[in-house]
Amino acid sequence: MTISKKPAAMPTSIDGTLELLSGGNYVGDRSLATVLFLALKMGRPLFLEGEAGVGKTEIAKVLSQTLGRKLIRLQCYEGLDVAAAVYEWNYAAQMIAIRLAEAGGAVDRAGLTKDVFSEQYLIKRPLLQALEPDPAGAPVLLIDELDRTDEAFEAFLLEVLSEYQITIPELGTVKAAHAPMVIITSNRTREIHDALKRRCLYHWVGYPTAEREMKILQAKVPGVGKRLSQEIVHFVQALRKEDLFKSPGVAETLDWATALSELDSVALDPATVSDTLGVLLKYQDDIVRIEGSKAGELLNQVRAELRAAE
Amino acid sequence: MTTETAGRLAENIVYFARALRVAGIPLGPGSVLDALSAVTAAHIGSRDDFYWTLHAIFVKRHEQSILFDQAFRIFFKRRNYLEQLMGMTLPQVDAGPPAPDKQALQRVQDALMQGLGEKLQREVQELEIDMSQTVSDQEVLQKKDFAQMSAAEVEAAKRAIQKLVLPLDEVKTRRLRPDRHGHIIDMRRTLRASMKSGGDFIDLKYMGPKTRMPPVVALLDISGSMTDYTRLFLHFLHAVTDHRKRVHSFLFGTRLTNVTRALKSKDPDEALAACTASVMDWSGGTRIATSLAEFNKKWARRVLTQGAIVLLITDGLERDPDDRLAFEIDRLHRSCRRLIWLNPLLRYEGFEAKAKGIQQILPHVDEFRPIHNLDSLDGLCRSLSSAGSRHFESKAWTGKDMAGEAA
Repeated sequence: MTISKKPAAMPTSIDGTLELLSGGNYVGDRSLATVLFLALKMGRPLFLEGEAGVGKTEIAKVLSQTLGRKLIRLQCYEGLDVAAAVYEWNYAAQMIAIRLAEAGGAVDRAGLTKDVFSEQYLIKRPLLQALEPDPAGAPVLLIDELDRTDEAFEAFLLEVLSEYQITIPELGTVKAAHAPMVIITSNRTREIHDALKRRCLYHWVGYPTAEREMKILQAKVPGVGKRLSQEIVHFVQALRKEDLFKSPGVAETLDWATALSELDSVALDPATVSDTLGVLLKYQDDIVRIEGSKAGELLNQVRAELRAAE
Repeated sequence: MTTETAGRLAENIVYFARALRVAGIPLGPGSVLDALSAVTAAHIGSRDDFYWTLHAIFVKRHEQSILFDQAFRIFFKRRNYLEQLMGMTLPQVDAGPPAPDKQALQRVQDALMQGLGEKLQREVQELEIDMSQTVSDQEVLQKKDFAQMSAAEVEAAKRAIQKLVLPLDEVKTRRLRPDRHGHIIDMRRTLRASMKSGGDFIDLKYMGPKTRMPPVVALLDISGSMTDYTRLFLHFLHAVTDHRKRVHSFLFGTRLTNVTRALKSKDPDEALAACTASVMDWSGGTRIATSLAEFNKKWARRVLTQGAIVLLITDGLERDPDDRLAFEIDRLHRSCRRLIWLNPLLRYEGFEAKAKGIQQILPHVDEFRPIHNLDSLDGLCRSLSSAGSRHFESKAWTGKDMAGEAA
């Protein structure tokens, strides 16, 4: 990727936001640019929902790259707790401190408690890191796949996302001087509570149109020939119209394009499509449905469409 | 922007938000304030930008997008009309193409008209059920009235259901909580406790895994052959929904209907009335495979997380049996922790799995239970409370002698 080293300035308009995204090789539409611009301008978290592989996580990465900010990523999983997401005390160091104080003889209990629970013994996890001042500017905080964690963690996020502060009982409240740019993503494997969504700006990231997908393909996998990339995009678009258990996302399109260019293909043919279908479809019964004659049928349809367009 | 036009814009946004609220998008005054600051921040240039700016603030769920879209079209299309009514200017917008979604349009139109109700005095039309959408020739487009079916025994049974000891099964989660008998040392509490003695004693504290009730997903057959059981089972489902979090209920005949929200109403009669109102294929034919396919595709990935138990309540009499049923039930089985099949036909002593649908479902369930009286409901509760296993012998049913197990 060719991204200039010099960080871009914060966008001041919707057009500016679109430019920022394209500067980071992200081909987004205007609706996304609008909501992203508002999120940055209003200092609100951006909640992105959509099928897997449509480029939700990528937005946070592009934002941190183009603006030259630090990217702090919190990958959610079931059972994610405060110790892994926010902070943890360095127990080993605390024990040693207690022992040393003992060996020293002078036991000042109140003082010891204060010493042991001080910032020196604090291990900062992603959420706390995101509130720290950074010379490059407020970081980008990516809370990825929030739907994977449970409701208890969501409730915890409420304080962080509305006030940009975290309360540590032993230490006090840590508040960010500059609010981080927060991007939350969800695959919608469960519904996120409204209380959390209310604090965010919501955007549904859908599958791109053929035209936009073409641009994405050209930006991300530049080595692919024009004819092949057109066929790839139209084939994937046709595939999304089929009754599949999991439709291929943009990530799959890019993988497929890479795979086909590795195989030195210049155009699609039924045999290659059937052989490489595993890159596009991730469920066995979807593959069985499309493999063979159906793939050939779709391919003919795509070719006819392309010929008609010429 | 001059203060006057800004004032009118603000007024419009307030009206628009009110219309959305009536159309079913829950919006607080906070959202309206947000919308105002967003519109000011975005320096709106075009209709599209205005659309997406309001969209960013007002829409919080993917499903709400369509309502928003319709409301926006109507609200800003009827500019001249509204001008006459309200004597105010609206942002420069063009009328979009006619709206495609009839139901959403109707809902929004109702909402808009209701918002201006005092001035317009327009009758609020009732939502029409689109009859042309029916899929089955046998589908009976009628709404069963529960009151019609009420009898003394049914009342007694309902009361009994409310007194039933509901399942209290719990599964371990990956989250930890303080536990005196736990096996994991809780360093944080340990250190804090040892501060009491100034660090002279280190008093170990422990944690153990937290437990919680797993989600329950009920798929209830409401076809004609099940009529006698569905109503009481709905009562049971309502009791369970009231008792624990994370219960999802679906009804199916020829199509699948999600009635989770309807069942959340505290009053059982209200909840059941809401259920009946939302179902269009009551007492029609059965398309188990089609309904399960829809569930697998649309809902399974959303509701079958975190170790869900699935209750499948059907007699297994598929209207047009083919191999798809076996395939769909297999997929369902593989995506949940435990699949329990409740079949009222099991009440017959000499029940044998002869029907093709039943034979297809049986190999893929973890448990096969009767569901025809209060005893069997009680048995279900007890079974849910126990851990259960995934080793189920389906051959016992396809063979002759299995009457003993049914009890």
